[in-house]
Amino acid sequence: MSWLVSNWSQVSQYGLAHLWLSIPPIVLGFVLSVPLGWVANRFALTRGALLTIGGILYAIPSLPLFALLPSLIGTRILDPINVEIALTLYAVALMLRTTADGLAAVSGDVKLSATAVGFGAARRFFGVELPLAGPVLLAGLRVVSVSTVSLVTVGSVIGVNSLGYFFIDGYQRAFYTEVWVGIVGTVLIALVFDTLLVLLGRALMPWTRRGAGGRRRDALAQSRWAVLR
Amino acid sequence: MGGAAVNSYSDAFAWLADPAHWAGATGIPHRLLEHLGYTGLTLLIAIAIGLPVGLYIGHTGRGREIVVPFTGALRALPTLGLVIILALGLGTGILAPLIALVILALPPIIAGAYAGLQSVDREVVDAARSVGFTGGGVLWQVEVPLALPLIVGGIRSACLQVIATWTVAAFLPLGGLGRFLYDALPNQDYAQLLAGSILVIVLALLADGLFALVQRLATPKGVAAGRTADIRTKTHSPTRKDPSWLAPEEA
Repeated sequence: MSWLVSNWSQVSQYGLAHLWLSIPPIVLGFVLSVPLGWVANRFALTRGALLTIGGILYAIPSLPLFALLPSLIGTRILDPINVEIALTLYAVALMLRTTADGLAAVSGDVKLSATAVGFGAARRFFGVELPLAGPVLLAGLRVVSVSTVSLVTVGSVIGVNSLGYFFIDGYQRAFYTEVWVGIVGTVLIALVFDTLLVLLGRALMPWTRRGAGGRRRDALAQSRWAVLR
Repeated sequence: MGGAAVNSYSDAFAWLADPAHWAGATGIPHRLLEHLGYTGLTLLIAIAIGLPVGLYIGHTGRGREIVVPFTGALRALPTLGLVIILALGLGTGILAPLIALVILALPPIIAGAYAGLQSVDREVVDAARSVGFTGGGVLWQVEVPLALPLIVGGIRSACLQVIATWTVAAFLPLGGLGRFLYDALPNQDYAQLLAGSILVIVLALLADGLFALVQRLATPKGVAAGRTADIRTKTHSPTRKDPSWLAPEEA
């Protein structure tokens, strides 16, 4: 505890770095997956191609990808952008499947009804299909958030520091407290993000609150993500 | 910029082509065998623990409230931190990373088995009971064969995670392909760093492809044929490819 107090400035500095490394991939993963998910569902050909690419991307281990990106896109090896890009790729790969499935699961009758009462394609997509797919997207985003926050720590191996710095430093000094601070801090950030996402979901999708089918759908979605990884 | 990238790749391939890197205890074949051995051992232990647990939950519906949130929470644990905290306690032997990786491989295996059994149509289970199948018969002859693609899918996810994490865990003096990365970093040996990264990525993609194949083979013939009936996506002609969102592989 006294270590935490005396090193607070360093802990908070790396904690902030951790936040800034995690947020862009999560946001970008969501934002990019919506148009990609739409394209994936629109044509039979693009669905197979996009989901296959996503699956392959997601199969690539993180540390080698961090190491590979600099020579691929011409960045310096210590540049945090490598970690940001790699984590964004994972987030998109994971969210793409979620978004495509969520959008595809919107009932065809509902879509026809929307068209029948005069919704154009864009208004139908943003006003009907996207909100109805919302709970599935949220479940996917929660998984993306947790795994991104955890993966950020691997960046410390190649010198892109976050709370993961305390793992490496603590190991070299054989100092438990420091490693624990890193672990607890990472889990805390993941928890805070998860809570924020749930609250955001409740605010944006008030109809999902404690519905009878809600818990079953959550459980199903959760188990599906676990299978994805 | 572009030129540098081209150079570093040709350096990496030159590194890979160098016969000196293919011999001895620090050579590619030996490191690959270490990596495969550790990965296989981790998976075997995780399957031995996780599969019964997942099948039990899926078959009986009991314990779900405990295990599902627990496996979700495990995902928040940073892998590297877990390996290091165990290594500080257990020394630099194989035990620390092995325990950490088994823990990390459990959630997808349990979830795959559990979700697989959950995905089996209740009417099919009821039908099996009505023609005289008992508990064990329902599980092994009806539920498990139908759930097999998802069960294999869970093991596939676990395998990828284990391959990736043994790479990260190579900071311990245990070898494996990650050794090439850790040896290259302090010396700024980018050729070796790239070459090692390429090796790990190729290994992961091969393993993923192999599991995709097993998953396809594990789908019972009747299921693959029958599912064409419930393709939800509009009018294009039914194919054998199953777009069901439950299938974790790229359909």
